[in-house]
Amino acid sequence: MLATRALSLIGKRAISTSVCVRGGHGVAKVEDYALPNLSAEQKSLKEKEKGSWVALSNEEKIALYRISFKQSFAEMNQGSGEWKSVVGGIFFFIGFTGLVVLWQRKYVYGPVPHTFEEEYKEKELQRMLDMRMGPVQGFSAHWDYENKQWKK
Amino acid sequence: MCGNMFRAVFRLSASGARSLTRSRPCYSAPLASRCYSHGKVETDEEFDSRWVTYFSKPDLDAWELRKGMNTLIGYDLVPEPKILDSALRACRRLNDLASAIRILEAVKDKAGPHKDIYPYLIQELKPTLTELGISTPEELGIDKL
Repeated sequence: MLATRALSLIGKRAISTSVCVRGGHGVAKVEDYALPNLSAEQKSLKEKEKGSWVALSNEEKIALYRISFKQSFAEMNQGSGEWKSVVGGIFFFIGFTGLVVLWQRKYVYGPVPHTFEEEYKEKELQRMLDMRMGPVQGFSAHWDYENKQWKK
Repeated sequence: MCGNMFRAVFRLSASGARSLTRSRPCYSAPLASRCYSHGKVETDEEFDSRWVTYFSKPDLDAWELRKGMNTLIGYDLVPEPKILDSALRACRRLNDLASAIRILEAVKDKAGPHKDIYPYLIQELKPTLTELGISTPEELGIDKL
């Protein structure tokens, strides 16, 4: 209760209980809803604001704006170059993964089965043609049995 | 003529571009329109005048100004110049130039890709801006980085 009495400088309005006056933490921070502590120069500018705004110079108007708002819309909406770092990181780790895969092939995996050998493959192909695999539209359909070659 | 073209509130949803040039029929009764709820549909004119009245309250306080503006900016539309005029005058009553400039920035942002809306608003608000001495963000150079 003492804190709320002391902070009656903020205004005649009662301090709502959602604003924790003692902590800078929480969802509704008091700094977001009240003016910051003003320097003497800013205080006199605030007084001048009560008069005609035509009398204010551009610099004074900008200064008043900055008291209330940290960033302008342009500053708030500006993009960053972060995406370049992200894409670079993606490529780097894909590359690293490639190195890991190459190392695995050399040092982890054993030899491929003998069925991959050239000579074996030739025998396999001949066997497929001999038993007429896919004779209508598939494999053997493309083999010319008379001339012993692939159909053109 | 130009005023008639932009009559009523600018809807920013998918049909937005079309609605800018659409001429609005006068609503006498809402029965002809397709309602998906049982409530009466508020016309654009009623919406506008409700908001003008909100900001015209003589003893509007700073919280109510912020609340009103944040709610208005939350809608899928760019407010009519008369609503903004009322809000800017409320800023004047509250001696808050920063909020007045912020309102102009916000409506420019609301217009999004429709680049012709903001110059129209400034054109309509020029007398008020000159009278109250509110500079546009462009004049102050804060629209750029």
